[in-house]
Amino acid sequence: MQATTFLFYAFALITVFSALRVITARNPVHSALFLVLTFVSTACIWMLLKAEFLAIVLVLVYVGAVMVLFLFVVMMLDINLDSVRQGFWRSLPVALIVGVLIVLELAAVLILSFGGISAADAPALPADYSNTEALGALLYTDYVLAFEVAAVILLVAIVAAIALTLRRRKDVRYTDLSAAVRTRAADRVRLVKMPAQPRAGSKE
Amino acid sequence: MTLTLAHYLILGAVLFAISVIGLFMNRRNVIIMLMSIELMLLAVNLNFVAFSHFLGDAAGQIFVFFILTVAAAESAIGLAILVVLFRNFDTVDAEAIDSLKG
Repeated sequence: MQATTFLFYAFALITVFSALRVITARNPVHSALFLVLTFVSTACIWMLLKAEFLAIVLVLVYVGAVMVLFLFVVMMLDINLDSVRQGFWRSLPVALIVGVLIVLELAAVLILSFGGISAADAPALPADYSNTEALGALLYTDYVLAFEVAAVILLVAIVAAIALTLRRRKDVRYTDLSAAVRTRAADRVRLVKMPAQPRAGSKE
Repeated sequence: MTLTLAHYLILGAVLFAISVIGLFMNRRNVIIMLMSIELMLLAVNLNFVAFSHFLGDAAGQIFVFFILTVAAAESAIGLAILVVLFRNFDTVDAEAIDSLKG
């Protein structure tokens, strides 16, 4: 057995195990941490496929940013664990049938169609091949429009996330600072000129 | 025994099926449903990377790049919606959030 094959099976086992734990863990924090493990071992599998740039991006962007966001939200929300787990095993039979059928159907089709394409058939890469360089060259020439659209999507996501979660509380009284600074003495004190009058009922 | 393209594709299929099962079983927890969607996208990305390697076409990896971008935006907005939902309903149960049901 080749070293690559052994590594593939090891990483695949870890990936499948941690993916199963993601959907069955009792505590959502554990689910998020097992999802991190799934991403990291998938990044290792991508390394075996010589996609180094994407493997690093998966770890940096997904584990570093998205999963931290997940953990942040999970820890911020006070989730009632007992009510969340109610009826968890009730839908297991149907889910299991659907899942196993999906795997069997896909496996039948995939083994028939792609079982013959082995690693030896993959096109040989030149010795000085740089995955990052190749991706960059493609990204900034052929796919530059899609790249710009992706940037706009990220911008829209930022604005949407902030707009959704921004909350102005109604029970707190705010000072309007610009109005306070703009105030002049005439707005605060009103000087009234009036003639002196004798006190009512006083003797002359 | 040597690795074939089918090995990677079947691993992707298994990951996809696991996330479908997760969506079925965690009907009362929107957070786990979001995580299952992330797993699904990961399975799809695994297929793209495997095809890209075995067919020698780097365009597949460009697609993975864009899927990662959109998935990051999706999870950010999804979590923001989740926070707003929890603020208003005090629960993350997808079956309790049925105000729009006719």
